[in-house]
Amino acid sequence: MLRLQGVSHSYDDRAVLRDVTLDLAEHRIGVIGANGSGKSTLARTLNGLVVPDEGRVTLGEWDTRRHAKHIRRRVGFVFSDAANQIIMPTVAEDVEIGLRSLRLGREETARRVDAFLVRYGLDGHRDHPGHLLSGGQKQLLALASVLATEPEVLVCDEPTTLLDLRNTRMVHRTLDGLDQQVVLFTHDLDLLDGFDRVLVMDEGRVAFDGAPAEAVAHYLRLMDGADREAGA
Amino acid sequence: MSAIGLYVPGTGPLYRAPAWAKLLGLLAAGVALLAAADHRIALGALAASLLAYPVVGLAPARAWGVLRVLWPFLLAIALFQVLFGEWETAVRLCAQLAALVLLANVVTLTTRVREMLDLFERVARPLRHVGVAPDRVALVLALTIRSIPMVADAWRTSQEAYRARGLSGRPHLLVVPVIVQLLRMADATGEALVARGIDDDTRA
Ligand SMILES: Nc1ncnc2c1ncn2[C@@H]1O[C@H](COP(=O)(O)OP(=O)(O)O)[C@@H](O)[C@H]1O
Ligand SMILES: [Mg+2]
Repeated sequence: MLRLQGVSHSYDDRAVLRDVTLDLAEHRIGVIGANGSGKSTLARTLNGLVVPDEGRVTLGEWDTRRHAKHIRRRVGFVFSDAANQIIMPTVAEDVEIGLRSLRLGREETARRVDAFLVRYGLDGHRDHPGHLLSGGQKQLLALASVLATEPEVLVCDEPTTLLDLRNTRMVHRTLDGLDQQVVLFTHDLDLLDGFDRVLVMDEGRVAFDGAPAEAVAHYLRLMDGADREAGA
Repeated sequence: MSAIGLYVPGTGPLYRAPAWAKLLGLLAAGVALLAAADHRIALGALAASLLAYPVVGLAPARAWGVLRVLWPFLLAIALFQVLFGEWETAVRLCAQLAALVLLANVVTLTTRVREMLDLFERVARPLRHVGVAPDRVALVLALTIRSIPMVADAWRTSQEAYRARGLSGRPHLLVVPVIVQLLRMADATGEALVARGIDDDTRA
């Protein structure tokens, strides 16, 4: 289980995370909050892309401060802009490169690449350059490449922000169908349907932690309050 | 799409041939052409390399795309040779260059980048002894190939933003926003490499 204990982080003098303590045990966890509330920074602490100034982030006995490499193998990460996440020149190669570090052997690697391309409907594009895929297909490729390594947890930082409705639904369905634990950071409140738990971030703190409907209501109130303050 | 292309999916003997054989063939053709140093042979080679496209199942438009990029260079060489040398030399140099670039393009179009990189890794393996990690170099090459369309994209989006604001001319003003975009992309890609555990692996 991912666990955050007293996590605080600043960029220069600006506090971005303030004393966040969380046990992330539920199967589907959503995180919402205004721009700049610290969502992406929080997301990045979960796999050691950001190591917090204070506090610890652990997965079982592993600590991101000391075992980032181990944790990254278990915590997959999907960014909003899939284009930057696609590393290799063709679709199949991109899925394959992520598998290299698992050292599965040639045959198993090839089998897994095939299986994931088929599962995500990318089989017909295997030798196409990734950058020529549509936005939705790019995001599916990013997902396929990460999921092929079979992480225990999948962290997604606004995976549908750049997508249209159809592609958003495609990604939504894909995430829905996963066996893995998913921690989804999003602005798309529709994605949170059926989630077990939703956190609301506000100025680097967890302002609400509970069921999706109440979390969304809390978030809307928070935004209304901010509007009134700005109007006053 | 750029003229000098990457792998296009297809079938046929050249697709199945191993990368090393194709590169060796290309090298042999290059050496033979330069050694022969004859304008008729060079012209023959040019005709053959043009014919190679339909033969291996590549659209002739791909050959045309290469020539379209190449012609300013060919023209410059031809002009120089005609003015200061002999016309046979002009014909020979232009035909040699065009033939070799066309053939090199046939090789890259029919060979998966992955295969090319694997070959490179194998060839570079002895370099391990002097502290070079071949798989790391191969990764850098892959990223370089991968970033060609990114540069084009960054240029296009900057240009669009520039025009959308009613500005025109002075294309040098685009250089800074393009570089800023590329740095941002490079930063994000670097982060993705770490997140995907790819960087860790190649360093091992
Ligand atoms: N690498 C960074 N360097 C400096 N400041 C950053 C960096 N990343 C984020 N920030 C700042 O931290 C704050 C929170 O950002 P972020 O975690 O991205 O929030 P969110 O994802 O909720 O929009 C923002 O003010 C942002 O400008
Ligand atoms: Mg963010």
